[in-house]
Amino acid sequence: MTPKTLFDKVWQQHIVIPETATHPATLYIGLHLIHEVTSPQAFTVLKQRGLKVRRPDRTLATIDHSTPTIIKSDGSRPYVTEQAGIQVETLLENAKFHGIETHGWDSPHRGIVHVMSPELGATRPGMTIVCGDSHTSTHGAFGAIAFGIGTTQVGHVLANQSILMRKPKTMAIEVNGDLAQGVTPKDVILAIIAKIGIGGGTGYALEYRGNVFEDMSMEGRMTVCNMSIEAGARCGMIAPDQTTFDYLKGRKFAPDDYEAACEDWLSLQTDTGAVFDKTVIMAAEDIRPMVTYGTHPGMAIPIDSLIPNASSDADEKALEYMQVKSGDHIAGTKIDRVFIGSCTNSRMEDLRAAANILHGKNVAKSVTAIIVPGSECIKSEAEAEGLHDIFTAAGAQWREPGCSMCLGMNGDIGAPGELIVSTSNRNFAGRQGPDVRTVLASPETAAASAITGVITDPRAATEASA
Amino acid sequence: MSNTPLIQITSKTMVLSASNIDTDQIMPARFLTMTTKAGLGEHLFHDWRYNKDETQTDHALNSEAGKACQILVGGDNFGCGSSREHAPWALTDYGFRVVISSEIADIFRGNSLKNGLLPIVIDKSAHQWLLDHPSEEITVDLKNCEVRLPKNGGTYKFEIDAFSRHCLMQGLDEMGYLQEQSDSLDKFEANYDRNLDKFEANYDRN
Ligand code: SF4
Repeated sequence: MTPKTLFDKVWQQHIVIPETATHPATLYIGLHLIHEVTSPQAFTVLKQRGLKVRRPDRTLATIDHSTPTIIKSDGSRPYVTEQAGIQVETLLENAKFHGIETHGWDSPHRGIVHVMSPELGATRPGMTIVCGDSHTSTHGAFGAIAFGIGTTQVGHVLANQSILMRKPKTMAIEVNGDLAQGVTPKDVILAIIAKIGIGGGTGYALEYRGNVFEDMSMEGRMTVCNMSIEAGARCGMIAPDQTTFDYLKGRKFAPDDYEAACEDWLSLQTDTGAVFDKTVIMAAEDIRPMVTYGTHPGMAIPIDSLIPNASSDADEKALEYMQVKSGDHIAGTKIDRVFIGSCTNSRMEDLRAAANILHGKNVAKSVTAIIVPGSECIKSEAEAEGLHDIFTAAGAQWREPGCSMCLGMNGDIGAPGELIVSTSNRNFAGRQGPDVRTVLASPETAAASAITGVITDPRAATEASA
Repeated sequence: MSNTPLIQITSKTMVLSASNIDTDQIMPARFLTMTTKAGLGEHLFHDWRYNKDETQTDHALNSEAGKACQILVGGDNFGCGSSREHAPWALTDYGFRVVISSEIADIFRGNSLKNGLLPIVIDKSAHQWLLDHPSEEITVDLKNCEVRLPKNGGTYKFEIDAFSRHCLMQGLDEMGYLQEQSDSLDKFEANYDRNLDKFEANYDRN
């Protein structure tokens, strides 16, 4: 048998009808995640055509994008617009009508869709997973093929549990060696994107390989896979191993015969000798804490380096928008806000790292810091550990779970001109509010910067507190 | 089911000659929280068609003659900008079946094909002819992949991938095509549920 890549194995197991020169493949979908923003028109199509949801049992719904992260004293949740509230209500009604398991306001599992599904154990090795959201690539951390789709395709999956697609090429990203102290999974993925570029992964499915990923926790692996899309790749995967199995064990959707399942999942590895269409190799030792300085995630540099020269008109415009100059240190730049949250960095490991730095310190007077847990589960766990007390004692705000300032759809945005150090995944102009400037970073860097009021290398802060 | 088959269309053209018409002009961002597609046609090119007080301007898109056009001719580089599917939704809801330009943005092109709207990239000279002759009746022939212009304007070939052409000509959209495969899907699924991913088995355990 010809040796196969992990991607090829999972892909082949989901082919209903193979692709031909003239027709794309029909790919079966193991799990469909839905939320309020990209599903309403898809449900309308079903209604117009008299179609049912083919597999409500392979569909999970939650509300996260347009949801308020504040509860008022009277217990109400203030939507940013009436339409945002209608969007949420529409999702809840559609899911109920079609018998889809929904984690709405009353669920202890509600959360950002890509945080919630792994917590439920619904995300599992060897599956195909789609959602109307580009950061669906997160679930690749479990050895699943997971990618974002548009609303039309959300309709296809609701009705047919499958989509039409041509097979992408495969790319291996190998990082071996020892990461230096203070270098986090977020820094690793930002360094990868800076190296291959925001279009570097276009047309490819990525597989992250090497001891750096093997040594990471599931949370770290999710952070890495989450941002595959920022390198242009619709999906990125990591082969499942004992870390994966330990994480999933005992979760709601974990298979009954767990040991047998793990044994099956172990076969989901790239065979020795399998050929990737492209391979990128990086040394772990070369990676330092990273921050972005421009208006896309590829414009990222080590935090202790100088802002590079603009090499194109677009870069020049980006520097102008960010109000930074080539040749200046990025560290030391004055900031206005800190956002710790999003499906990239809002899990326990992220919150613990931030709390470790903020413990006994104060957020600078000039800075507003908001910390938004990725799910209700994380919120309770963090509160049980007392992390919320550390945050609020430091002067940061502790909010209700949701996407929040990652894209600001719920009204959590910065004021024009403000600079936000954000643990999210996109620093596009205006994403966090009109004229708001976003610097992407790890939770450690965000927390360290919150204290000083300027972009700060977290290594000093962690050494001091260690 | 799904769309009306598109084999040949003869219609007057609606010419919007501006270059770089982006998806934000086609469908302004503030309508993205809408939860329906029906009625999006009313907001198509909203800011060109309505005054600040929401009264209609005298833009051709508001005229009865305009509303009868099934073919839109756009200036160079049509459909650039954000990937919102609302743009093709609004165009088809308004009544367009075909969009012609000298250059059409990739994502918009893909989204159009998924929504029963035929995007045609045409030869520059034919494009210029179309811009110069608004409201002429022309023929788009998908069977032969050509656009026929009247008054000695000539006949021009265009390209489209075989699968999209098949779907448009059958009046199938991808949804319809997938629905046609339900036998294969049933078979595949039975095996998948049993042997590959026993998702359902655990589902009831609330
Ligand atoms: S946190 Fe941001 S990237 Fe993640 S699902 Fe929400 S909006 Fe999308």
